[in-house]
Amino acid sequence: MNLFSLIFGSSLGKKFVMAISGALLFGFVVAHMLGNLQVFLGPEQLNAYGHFLQTTPEILWPARLGLLAMVVLHIWSAIRLSRENKAARPIAYAVQKTVKASYASRTMLMSGLIIAAFVVYHLLHFTVLMQAVNLTGQNFSALLDVKGRHDVYRMMVIGFSHPAVALFYLIAVGLLCLHLSHGVSSLFQSLGLKNKFYGACLDRFAKFASLILFLGYAAIPSAILLGLVK
Amino acid sequence: MKLDAKIPSGPLERKWERYQLEMKLVNPANKRKFDVIVVGSGLAGASAAASLAELGYKVKCFCFQDSPRRAHSIAAQGGINAAKNYQNDGDSVYRLFYDTIKGGDFRAREGNVYRLAQVSAGIIDQCVAQGVPFAREYGGLLANRSFGGAQVSRTFYARGQTGQQLLLGAYQALSRQIGLGNVKMFPRTEMLDLVLIDGHAKGIVVRDLVTGEISSHAGDAVVLATGGYGNVFYLSTNARGCNVTATYRAFKRGAVFANPCYTQIHPTCIPVSGDHQSKLTLMSESLRNDGRVWVPKKRDDKRPSQEIPETERDYYLERKYPSYGNLAPRDISSRAAKEACDDGRGVGPGGLGVYLDFADAIKRVSEPVIRERYGNLFDMYEKITGENAYQTPMRIYPAVHYTMGGLWVDYNLMSNVPGLFVIGEANFSDHGANRLGASALMQGLADGYFILPYTISNYFASNKQTKAKADQTEFKKVEAEVSVRTNKFLAIEGKRTVTSFHRELGKLLWDKCGMARDEAGLKEALQKIPALREEFWRNVKVTGGSGSLNQDLEQAGRVADYLEFAELLCLDALIRRESCGGHFRTEFQTEEGEALRDDANFSFVSAWEFQGTDQPPMLHKEPLVYEELKMSQRSYK
Amino acid sequence: MNLTLRVWRQKNAHTPGEFREYEATGIVPDMSFLEMLDVVNEGLIARGGEPIAFDSDCREGICGTCSLVINGIPHGGQRGTTACQLHMRHFKDGDRITIEPWRARAFPVLRDLVVDRSPFDRIVQSGGFVSVNTGQAVDANCLPVPKDDSDLAMDAAQCIGCGACVAACKNASAMLFVAAKVSHLNLLPQGKAEKDRRALNMVKAMDEAGFGNCSVTGSCEAVCPKEISLDFIARMNRDYAAALLKGKFHAKAQAAGG
Repeated sequence: MNLFSLIFGSSLGKKFVMAISGALLFGFVVAHMLGNLQVFLGPEQLNAYGHFLQTTPEILWPARLGLLAMVVLHIWSAIRLSRENKAARPIAYAVQKTVKASYASRTMLMSGLIIAAFVVYHLLHFTVLMQAVNLTGQNFSALLDVKGRHDVYRMMVIGFSHPAVALFYLIAVGLLCLHLSHGVSSLFQSLGLKNKFYGACLDRFAKFASLILFLGYAAIPSAILLGLVK
Repeated sequence: MKLDAKIPSGPLERKWERYQLEMKLVNPANKRKFDVIVVGSGLAGASAAASLAELGYKVKCFCFQDSPRRAHSIAAQGGINAAKNYQNDGDSVYRLFYDTIKGGDFRAREGNVYRLAQVSAGIIDQCVAQGVPFAREYGGLLANRSFGGAQVSRTFYARGQTGQQLLLGAYQALSRQIGLGNVKMFPRTEMLDLVLIDGHAKGIVVRDLVTGEISSHAGDAVVLATGGYGNVFYLSTNARGCNVTATYRAFKRGAVFANPCYTQIHPTCIPVSGDHQSKLTLMSESLRNDGRVWVPKKRDDKRPSQEIPETERDYYLERKYPSYGNLAPRDISSRAAKEACDDGRGVGPGGLGVYLDFADAIKRVSEPVIRERYGNLFDMYEKITGENAYQTPMRIYPAVHYTMGGLWVDYNLMSNVPGLFVIGEANFSDHGANRLGASALMQGLADGYFILPYTISNYFASNKQTKAKADQTEFKKVEAEVSVRTNKFLAIEGKRTVTSFHRELGKLLWDKCGMARDEAGLKEALQKIPALREEFWRNVKVTGGSGSLNQDLEQAGRVADYLEFAELLCLDALIRRESCGGHFRTEFQTEEGEALRDDANFSFVSAWEFQGTDQPPMLHKEPLVYEELKMSQRSYK
Repeated sequence: MNLTLRVWRQKNAHTPGEFREYEATGIVPDMSFLEMLDVVNEGLIARGGEPIAFDSDCREGICGTCSLVINGIPHGGQRGTTACQLHMRHFKDGDRITIEPWRARAFPVLRDLVVDRSPFDRIVQSGGFVSVNTGQAVDANCLPVPKDDSDLAMDAAQCIGCGACVAACKNASAMLFVAAKVSHLNLLPQGKAEKDRRALNMVKAMDEAGFGNCSVTGSCEAVCPKEISLDFIARMNRDYAAALLKGKFHAKAQAAGG
């Protein structure tokens, strides 16, 4: 047996794949939030940040490809693992009772699928800038600021001013954070880096980090809808 | 028939060494040509099957449970003795030998017991090497505790789960050999008969408990490691499945059964709570290290324990046996509890219980320490009774626990049937009339790891036998008999359940042949048992079919054997007109109520030979020769 | 007290099963759950019916034979308790109790409530042992084992192999069972030599048996009669990762030199 088949063929190997890709995606989610929160520092700051990323392909593309690879691995392992899990219990219990398992832990697949759908929309919305999906009738790629840069700030304000879009965004980040509240601590378990001694701290950290992420992400459309950011 | 124990000559401490030197060996390359059938996968069976396979023999191992890991050895709590003298408290092979002989009330063979003590130390080494997590001191070395019937700390333990951990060690060794293809394992398969060819044990007939299929397995030797017969009493601390069938079937094929009347009653079990009770639960005897046994001094004292002042309590073990106190041997402690209850001073429902009180120990060493020592036992007690023993004393009562009797074997652990070896609790060899605490695990593993692997090779090397095949007529004949018998249970279609017969038999035995026996009671039992047996074969109701998993049918076969075996047990108790160890005849006791042995007339092993259905079995006597020790009155005062 | 039981009945592994209802009358609080079933069975036999088949042996919570899912929870939901040690004082008169077998592809039902747990044996056969033949052992005290390691190994070794962890897991995963055995032996110096092989081989055997994967929900730990900790799963994951990183799986078997 070689390393490749042990990692991609064994149950524990697939969990490692899921945990490591999950950890890196978590890192991205944190960085992405920090980037976006610059909306509160005003158009100049945010547009400069956007311009920097768009004009630095040596960072942008490796990051994008890396993220794509992580997403593929994460989803691949999720599908494989959950198919095996379904097959492992062909006949369900007549009385279904949950012992200890949290809501988040039992709904990882569902929350993950909705998040994946959202990510596709989100990319079309703000990265591909497909006009049909932003529901505002505006062409986001035509938005330029005074310095001739892509006006990311105005794109966000206009994009989230549509309540349905903002609501979908809020639901998705809510689910993302539910997903992470279990995922972040359980990835330590999967990688064998958890025990009773500090396990409870990890669980609290996961919940706390998820909450902060939710507040951070939710702050943007909320502020726009409430007119605090114009 | 002359029963020759084949004890090697020479000084006691050189006998085993001499045997090993003089025995015949099987060449390593030839070992794989021998097939060994091992029935039972407890400590003795699993350790034997693993060790024989390691040597190169081809082994088939059978158990009725769903996995070899479930055998009832798993339930032993307290520990395992070994003459390691790690505590520097004066232990030695000789002292362990002496304690075992004395504990057995001078009814065991010196040669066998000395060998047991000799190999005991190696068992601990072997188990530790297998990864058995024995309790340890902070220095990383093994911890010991003391146990009933000994004045040294020689007991090794793994929390309250020593039997479990030792069995898992043996099971792991067995699993390794199964994985290597050296052992073929047959779980959920019950041995229903023994097959002899030209007087040699050559195989067994079994029933697959899932499909109901009856089939034969042939081998060059058959090893029975099928445990004891305590369940003949219906209520005992044995697992539900424990049964006498394998050894009783061997008895009916000519193996002699030795000392069936030596049954051990364990003093610390949870009392019976009602008729529904399906088994009794033992609380490790190690509890007596810290618990104090007492009953109220007044009769019919219905006050709760905490309202009975110190001066009105009778700590009867400490009073009667000051030097051993609460650690007096099992038979003595059990009988003392019965006496107190018969005297009307028992506690709890029905007055069948005595207190085991930890209040003093908790005061002395604190509750957390007691919790660490016995936490799982206290939890178990609470689950069963709903009472918290840290606050109120436990209630305990004796229950049938272990059977010292079993198939007769010689020094080779071979029965009088050539090729039929019997190890562990299933044989009679090492405990005499009473077994010391923590010695059952020792004996099972000694037999399986260190004795049988030698003696079986001696048998193979000195007996040239033709190979048997499972399709020979001898096998087919026995298979047919087994099928007929199995179907007969289903055909009776009577009115009473199997369990009701078992319960009635058990009650009869417990009353007439339990902790105390007398001639009138035994004669009464010997009259009632055949009548009950007759009713069983006329009026039992077994539903379902024989071609599928049918637990009621399995049980019917076992109870049918108990109904015959019980008679043998009572007969043996009747002819042994003395009291010794686990056999207490009320007619034979000292003025102080202690067991009164009759060494002049009864220092023999009674070995019963089957003479045919409806014929009384024939008694053979193997005289017990004491070369080393002088028989003395046991005293634990 | 009187109860209504809804029990899974199934003739054999090849026939589909169904629930049947039975009245359990005259049940007393001191009975164990299995003794309650004994009473029901005696009644069934007396009326000419076939008794409900269920596994049990020691009836004192240590052999791991009993295997009932009671009202949706393996062993009935009392902390650290097997079904045989669950007493009827925890139920009320008039209760309706559903009893099902362990449900997992790897544990096919043999009859009624009896399942085949032999995959557990095969997992142990693949590496759940120390390769030491009888007679090869050195003196037990020549290798001190720190008390904490020994105690932790004992925590893992307590596993009774009942399979409740599989039954409770939403994925029917056997991780807790396998982790307990791997950890028990890997924690002890006696088991160190085969640490990597053990983790790799036992996980492989587990995967081949058709169990699901660990989603870290913690249900297994919650129903385990011996309260074996989820930590052991993390420990096994770590041992497995270490074995992968060390590349031990490349070791070739070598013939003994002459």
